[in-house]
Amino acid sequence: MSDYLILSRLTKIYPSPDGPDIIVKEFDLSIRKGEFVCLIGHSGCGKSTVLSMIAGLNEITAGAIILAGKELSGPGPDRGMVFQSPCLLPWMTAFENVMLGVNQVFYTAAREERRQIAEYYLCVVGLADAMDKKPAELSQGMRQRVGIARAFALSPKLLLLDEPFGMLDSLTRFELQQVLLDLWRKDQKTALMVTHDVDEALFLADRIVMMTNGPAAEVGGILEVRFSRPRHRKEVMEHPDYYRLREQLVAFLENQTRREAVSTPVSAEDPDARNKTEPQLPSRKAARSAASLSMAGGTR
Amino acid sequence: MITNRRSEFKLDWLILPLLGAVVVLLLWQMASTTWSKDLPGPLRTWTASKPYIMKPFEKRGELDQGILRFTWYSLVLVVKGYTVALLVGTPIGFMLGLSKFFSKSFDPIIQILRPVSPLAWLPLGLILFQKSQPAAVFTIAVCAMWPTVLNTAVGVRSIPQDYLNVAKVLKLSRTRTLFKVLIPATLPYMFTGFRLSLGIAWLVIVAAEMLTGSPGVGGFLWQEYNALIYEHIILCILTIGVIGFVLDRLMSLVERRFKTV
Repeated sequence: MSDYLILSRLTKIYPSPDGPDIIVKEFDLSIRKGEFVCLIGHSGCGKSTVLSMIAGLNEITAGAIILAGKELSGPGPDRGMVFQSPCLLPWMTAFENVMLGVNQVFYTAAREERRQIAEYYLCVVGLADAMDKKPAELSQGMRQRVGIARAFALSPKLLLLDEPFGMLDSLTRFELQQVLLDLWRKDQKTALMVTHDVDEALFLADRIVMMTNGPAAEVGGILEVRFSRPRHRKEVMEHPDYYRLREQLVAFLENQTRREAVSTPVSAEDPDARNKTEPQLPSRKAARSAASLSMAGGTR
Repeated sequence: MITNRRSEFKLDWLILPLLGAVVVLLLWQMASTTWSKDLPGPLRTWTASKPYIMKPFEKRGELDQGILRFTWYSLVLVVKGYTVALLVGTPIGFMLGLSKFFSKSFDPIIQILRPVSPLAWLPLGLILFQKSQPAAVFTIAVCAMWPTVLNTAVGVRSIPQDYLNVAKVLKLSRTRTLFKVLIPATLPYMFTGFRLSLGIAWLVIVAAEMLTGSPGVGGFLWQEYNALIYEHIILCILTIGVIGFVLDRLMSLVERRFKTV
């Protein structure tokens, strides 16, 4: 299949008093139709900037984004976006939040049809009984389900997911990863997701794009993930290649940390990013995901 | 245990406020007997005000009416001025909040006009409209508008970027963005402004009526001062206070409904 989304020499530069501040430098990436690609990298490396440039929320300094043969400019509902915080409008019910987008995209359809589209996606994400609730009455995980339903209900050409499960506990995260994967397969969408969770990337993606640390972030390497689909978490994690791939990802991320530690003085980093890039992180994370896996096994 | 909490409740809501009222009444009585013989004491005030309170809607003459009838005239005027203030103030607030250009152009002049007293606006209103009634409405509107303007502007400016991103990603039209996102997100701020504006509108009414001599609580107050019936001045002051308090309570009930959003 030919390339569906093409990012060509995508660059983002912010002007600053000390000269131009290069966030993303000549980022090149092609995604095939129906592919699930994860963008992984440390916090603040510019991966979210790439995503918001594709969404049209952030202006491009140089380069181009081509989706289905057309160059993109500005935001539009042909790209369904799932934000890190669900970004629901609190004065509307879950149903109304989804309808807001559906009305926008399917304005030619009859009211009843539009209602059915919104209801269908809310049911698929498991919110059949909570449609008429306001976001404040929903749990964090349920809100994110509405966010996913809203993005899919637009029937977009491209799904953009900006760390959608970053704020959820690991059990809820596992559940929602499954919901996302099922919907993605059913609707045959092309998806680009930003994450910094190694296991999440391995479970979901066909390819994992590893980004170098900013400033001037670029593609550091691409990892092909060839687990068969449909995927089941247990099978994926027990696959003989799993830990080899995981090791590769972790090694890349660790390497980035080391490079940064050499190139930048400690005081210049923000404390949050430093915590996340501590060398012992991978082992800690492995222990945690192993623990939560056994928990998930127990509930089944 | 329960009775204990109940008595505490009574203490807070009944006994202590009553105690405060009694203290003020005593001070008032003392002031009227020792300091100024012209100041009527509580009892005299009550006797002189009784016909106005007991028959609150009676109309004995143009300037001799029951106290609630006067209040009604004042309220009608306030509602007119207040409505104009909201209709003019809310859009101005939205424009201030949405447009940097508009805000930079008009913020200084707003800051200058805002502290001007109603007493200063009223003559201008009389020149503009030639009649006392519209002049009073004009004065109330001009004075009461500012909290609505400023609160709406603050509300619009503090709409979370998240909501605006949703509108952008869905590519909502300008009107849909306004009605589906901007206005609902600003409502709590707007209603705080509306409440403050109503308080000011009620403050202004008295000044406006005093100067124009139109019938109402303020007009009655001024007329009774000229007629040397000082008891009625106190009756008017208390009435104005009670009505202002009730209006504020009512508005904060409405406001709280929108705060939950």
